Amino acid sequence: MAKGKVTINEVICKGCGLCVSVCPKKVLDLSTTKINAAGYNPAEMVSDDCIACTSCAKMCPDCAITVEKLD
Amino acid sequence: MAVVFEKTKALTDVKLHYCPGCAHGIVHRLVAECLEEMDEVKNAIACVPVGCAVFANNYFNFDAIQCAHGRAPATATGIKRVHPDKMVLTYQGDGDLASIGTCEIVHAAARGEKVTTIFINNGIYGMTGGQMAPTTLPGMKATTAKAGRDPKINGNPLRVSEMLATLTGPAYIERVSVSTPAQVTQAKKAIKKALEIQKQGLGFTFVEVVSTCPTNWGLTPVKAMEFVRDKMIPYYPLGVFKDITAEEGK
Ligand SMILES: Cc1ncc(C[n+]2csc(CCOP(=O)(O)OP(=O)(O)O)c2C)c(N)n1
Ligand code: SF4
Ligand code: SF4
Ligand code: SF4
Ligand SMILES: [Mg+2]
Repeated sequence: MAKGKVTINEVICKGCGLCVSVCPKKVLDLSTTKINAAGYNPAEMVSDDCIACTSCAKMCPDCAITVEKLD
Repeated sequence: MAVVFEKTKALTDVKLHYCPGCAHGIVHRLVAECLEEMDEVKNAIACVPVGCAVFANNYFNFDAIQCAHGRAPATATGIKRVHPDKMVLTYQGDGDLASIGTCEIVHAAARGEKVTTIFINNGIYGMTGGQMAPTTLPGMKATTAKAGRDPKINGNPLRVSEMLATLTGPAYIERVSVSTPAQVTQAKKAIKKALEIQKQGLGFTFVEVVSTCPTNWGLTPVKAMEFVRDKMIPYYPLGVFKDITAEEGK
């Protein structure tokens, strides 16, 4: 399966958790250490199992996610 | 390495003011992506509502006008008749479209105005703090229905897509949702189809999106998406209610 990588824009992320809830590989979680200027815990990658399916990005209401396919 | 998903250029870089997890942001993106893919960004004019989406003009990277409450279909009618080659759309909530603006949407649809309406049904007046909307489900709590909507007192919720589908003017009516990635994909297809039918000048096009208001529903964004699937969609079934392009093909 293709390997992928997501980049979260931590400035605009609102920590809503929608991306976390739809990731089929449980790659994402809300940060327990970071907090952004708006007071939200941004989403972050917690494993290397991303398959670049884009499900998380499709659900993000704030367009905070960029997905790349790694070759 | 190849980028397989990034933010569309048809949205500005302005940070959305919506609450965390509010589905308005998802639908804004879908509208913008469709216009970008159709190469219509420079040719589009959005008529935005009174409601939480009142500042949508700051986010859409195309022309937009803020309309009087519920009157976006009338504004869109004027714009489209003067500029028939523009892509004209209205983006409206359920308080805006199904309450104060019921007259305007029904008659724009009946006249077959060649515009596209994106109808955000979140079953509540979001912006003003959670009052009952015409679309609030039976039993669903609102600040003006503390014990939950009682159809005996408050009447039953309107199914706008079904109602408009009885008219001759509409060319295309579909109800979609955005509570899962698969639904988001389908919602985008519906919006694209509606815009394409507008471009062909075939008639009025309408896409209802069963949406969320996590804040006034008192649910987390993830639970609000579950509420859409468990409670909203059974009352507001997804699907195509009218498609004159399919009828022609029969
Ligand atoms: C003429 C007029 N009447 C009432 C209001 C108050 N008002 C502002 S937004 C709104 C309803 C918003 O609900 P909806 O259209 O469902 O949008 P949402 O915020 O849920 O997206 C109302 C009644 C107003 N601004 N103008
Ligand atoms: S692209 Fe798919 S696999 Fe990768 S983080 Fe997003 S949802 Fe998970
Ligand atoms: S869906 Fe978007 S805003 Fe919500 S937590 Fe994920 S990256 Fe942040
Ligand atoms: S009040 Fe409701 S509809 Fe308005 S931005 Fe917040 S969650 Fe969205
Ligand atoms: Mg509403």
